Amino acid sequence: MTTAPADQFALRLHKVSKAFGGVQALNQVDFEVRAGEVHCLAGENGCGKSTLIKVVTGVHQPEKAELIELFGEAVGQISPVLARQLGVSVIWQDLALFPHMTVAENIAFDDMVGLRPRSVKYREMITRSGDVLARLGVQMDLSAPLNDLPIAQRQVVAIARALMNDAKLIFMDEPTASLTQSETDRLLDIVRKLSADGVAIVFVSHRLAEVLDIAERVTVVRDGNLVGVYPTEGMTQARLGELMTGHLIENAVVARDLPDAPVVFEAEGLARHGEFSDVSLKIRAGEVLGLTGLIGAGRTELAHVMMGMRSADSGHMLLNGAAYAPSHIRSAIKQGMAYVSEDRLSLGLLQKQSIADNTVISVLHKLTTATGLISYTRKADLVRHWIRELGVKIGAPEDAISTLSGGNQQKVVLAKWLATEPKLLILDSPTVGVDVGARAGIFRIVRALADEGLAILLISDEVTEVMFHSDRILHMADGRIVQEYDPRTITVPQLEERIYA
Amino acid sequence: MRNILRSYTIETRLAVVLALICIALSVTAPQFATLPNLSSLMNQSAVNLIWAVGLLVVLIAGGIDISFAVASSVVQYLAAKLLMSVGGGNWVLGFLFCGSLGILLGLLNAWLIHGFRIISIVVTIATFNAFFGLLMFFSGGRNIYNLPDWWTARIFIFEHQNDQGVWSELNLSVGVMVVCVIATWVLIRRTNIGRQLYAFGDNPEGARRAGVNIAVMQGVAFGWMGLMAGIAGLMQVNIFQEVVPNALYGRELDVLAAVVLGGARLGGGKGTILGCVLGVMFVAVTQNGLNLLGVSPFAFQMIIGAVILVAISTSNMDLSQIMRRKEARS
Amino acid sequence: MTYLRRLTSGPKGENAGLFLILAVLILGFSIASPRFLTGANLGSMGFQMPLLGLLTLAMLAPILSGGLNLAIVYTANICGLTLAWTIMHFGGADAGIFAFVLGCVAAVIVGALAGAMMGAVIAYVGAHPILVSLAMMIFLRGLGEFLTRGRDISGFPDYMRVLGHGSLMAVPIPLILFGLVAFAWHILLRRTPHGFSTYMTGSNMQAAQYAGLNAKRTLVLIYALSGVLCAIAGILMAARFNSVRVGHGEAMLLITVLACFLGGIDPFGGHGRVVPVILALIILQVLSSGLNLIGANQHLATAVWGLFLIAVMVLRSDQSRQLILLFSRKDT
Repeated sequence: MTTAPADQFALRLHKVSKAFGGVQALNQVDFEVRAGEVHCLAGENGCGKSTLIKVVTGVHQPEKAELIELFGEAVGQISPVLARQLGVSVIWQDLALFPHMTVAENIAFDDMVGLRPRSVKYREMITRSGDVLARLGVQMDLSAPLNDLPIAQRQVVAIARALMNDAKLIFMDEPTASLTQSETDRLLDIVRKLSADGVAIVFVSHRLAEVLDIAERVTVVRDGNLVGVYPTEGMTQARLGELMTGHLIENAVVARDLPDAPVVFEAEGLARHGEFSDVSLKIRAGEVLGLTGLIGAGRTELAHVMMGMRSADSGHMLLNGAAYAPSHIRSAIKQGMAYVSEDRLSLGLLQKQSIADNTVISVLHKLTTATGLISYTRKADLVRHWIRELGVKIGAPEDAISTLSGGNQQKVVLAKWLATEPKLLILDSPTVGVDVGARAGIFRIVRALADEGLAILLISDEVTEVMFHSDRILHMADGRIVQEYDPRTITVPQLEERIYA
Repeated sequence: MRNILRSYTIETRLAVVLALICIALSVTAPQFATLPNLSSLMNQSAVNLIWAVGLLVVLIAGGIDISFAVASSVVQYLAAKLLMSVGGGNWVLGFLFCGSLGILLGLLNAWLIHGFRIISIVVTIATFNAFFGLLMFFSGGRNIYNLPDWWTARIFIFEHQNDQGVWSELNLSVGVMVVCVIATWVLIRRTNIGRQLYAFGDNPEGARRAGVNIAVMQGVAFGWMGLMAGIAGLMQVNIFQEVVPNALYGRELDVLAAVVLGGARLGGGKGTILGCVLGVMFVAVTQNGLNLLGVSPFAFQMIIGAVILVAISTSNMDLSQIMRRKEARS
Repeated sequence: MTYLRRLTSGPKGENAGLFLILAVLILGFSIASPRFLTGANLGSMGFQMPLLGLLTLAMLAPILSGGLNLAIVYTANICGLTLAWTIMHFGGADAGIFAFVLGCVAAVIVGALAGAMMGAVIAYVGAHPILVSLAMMIFLRGLGEFLTRGRDISGFPDYMRVLGHGSLMAVPIPLILFGLVAFAWHILLRRTPHGFSTYMTGSNMQAAQYAGLNAKRTLVLIYALSGVLCAIAGILMAARFNSVRVGHGEAMLLITVLACFLGGIDPFGGHGRVVPVILALIILQVLSSGLNLIGANQHLATAVWGLFLIAVMVLRSDQSRQLILLFSRKDT
């Protein structure tokens, strides 16, 4: 335990416990943040990180707490408004902003909260929010509605909103989950700047590279228990992963040469105005081709063209040697393409529907009998088959998909596509929102599929992911494929340097 | 200028179309742009506008209300009974009774919606049936003609006789309507309560985490709607000089269509007073114009329905997107 | 107590709960009025319910697809008019069965077209279903009033009375028609790929498209089918009232929505079944007939329907569920 004087702590929690129903979400956890430090809170999904934040900000009341101290003063009960008054702000993962309000209205919103009627001064709102953005070194159209902005800029708006409350302690819950590397770098710059200004920042993330890059100290939580507090100096990603999951995660290059395998998919000179140009690539049966690059590199756009969701302006594609020009996603699927979207929550799965329905949604034609009606026995058989095949942990097939964890949900997405018997599987950032532990499970499946001869395009902006799970790596920048690498002849730092240079 | 165009696209478009219609009508129907016609147009639209601004507040807060028109009828009926029982009353009592009865009915909706987390369309369809059924049952469907004199008295806030001896008059309801519109504008645009209403409609969970009191927001939105429904009921009696229990039945959907046409978003977080007024006036002017042009009154609704269909089919097309695509192609 | 818990959760519990309410109501009314459980009363219920039932089914499918169809009643009116004109064209009361069949086919086509148009605007323009169907409702109402000048069209051939008032083995023919349609609707929604697609589109249209479903076509088709059901309702209405007037059945519009919610349809789309909705319809009919027998009028029944929906929604809400759980825990 550190022994700095009390006024140098932004936050001190001692022996905080919180249970939901019968589940102990937090079990006598200690947590301390020094003033002005960047502190990382690390742990797998459901380990108690979010509960901890909610206790500090008064969203939840703890059952037991020996001490809750903010900026050197012990506080009894915290409410969201009190926490904000004391200088604690949270930037939630979903940002909790208001899409139809303007940038200025979003930044200044917290001034509006409360039932004491008072008038709104728009001019003052605009000057003040402009000042805050200037402090962050960002320029933005203050009267633009928020939903006109890209996600990275919304993140900045959320930070500005926190600063507007004179926050001295800011929690950032997975701020980089939907940002690409270059956007993340810009965000981390802002974080460093704030820290230099004396604002303490608690960074919640399960991207380990980031954690080690930005934080001075890291607190690891596992299953509601405190594992320990560690300085990031000298800490490795592997060690941190081990602390978070409780077991060692091994990463090794698994690349193979497949010179004799037939080419499944081929693109030549593919281009789409303003998105990408002159893209040529080949994917062989049984091969995992990694595709990585920065924001605006055009990776997702390329995948959309391959799936027929957008049309290419020029160039052509071949699938199993035959000309391939899908007019919409349905014809692409019919011809053997499958696409795991990066946005599992709103595009990859139908969260309200059952596990069974989500599994069979793309293969309805396989379920119908001669009468044209869906056979429930066939449906049940199909679902059972894939649940077993991929080792999805479920209660009943009729449960809503939203009851599953991120990793299990992603397995259902895979099951859905595998049921279509695809020739090429496109995985677009398949581990977003999936635990470190569960990621290994996903990639075990990917590897097994490749071994069975499926061609796989793995799109990811996490360098380690393409490094340790692909046979070849394509580097895409500014809409062009600039270089091909062999994972066996390059190291992660080398690859990172090339991409972020 | 660019900013104004961007943040008020629907309002701007509607204003342009409305202006074009007005110009066209002034040319083709000489009667249109005369003081008598315009004042009667205002008199006829007053009650709809009072409802519309109330409904706008509910839509902004992410709700929908089907029950407001029959709520007005209930308020009329109860107020008439109550006022007669206290010996007739006066305008102050009238506003007090109608306003508070309206607010009560609105708060009933808000309580059901918030207290039991039932979505507003289900609650207000239920209360719509309950209000109307009970009103018809207890009133037996009979009209009330025997009303206090002050209530049915014609009060003009503006009178003018032109050279031909034709009177142009604005009655009290127009004045009340203007006050309601301005009050609603102040509420949603100029107070922190209004900003919280927008925020709540836009992102309820985000608003909750920011510390917005959700229960109060529902209460304010539906209470305001109720207040407007009460006032609209009061003014409608002033215009027609009788209480007819089923007179307002069925008006709710037309008002809803006009408000949504004016850019209020079903789902919350978006909508302006200007758009709301333009939406209602668009329908009113079209109807008035068709009348002056000698089109069969049976065709009015058909044309208005078709116009709304065309309007929504085109309003969702983003012109700037089309322009951008053209640029990209060339 | 476990029974209570089951009542308040899951689709099976939903049915059981509605059955329980229905049984209590029937018991109550048969005690209150000796005429309730007579053939005459049951028969009249069997004649009254199908019209509301058909319109409710027409409302059900669009709600499942994440929308709403506020134009159902006027679509039915316009389809009824189509039939009426065809019959008038072939001699009114003397028209042959061919004219009737032709009229029905024309009515179904008109209904399907009106629905498909709405579906197309909703699917391809992305406009809000409430707004689209509201505009369509205002348009159709205006069209009907314009074409009929607000007058009735009456004087249909006698054989149409059979459809509206006849019985087959003591079962009212409208009820048989409703039963057939409801069965077809159930099969369509639960057993066909199209029905599956409707549920999926209703819960998340974009995700359904990403999974390879033709969500836009699904929407057009489901609104068109809703229009077809409106046409059948319009034909039945003409046969029952022996006349067609625009505005007939106007009051049923919001009652159909009420019946759907009562039957546990998710107002946001994606969940709901035909059977509980039919149970809800029977409950509404029992309430109205029963109240009628003990001397109340239809207006009181309307009010009771509204209050009943509130009561059911309150009972279904999480708050009361927790209350029930609390009590049941105390007991054990």
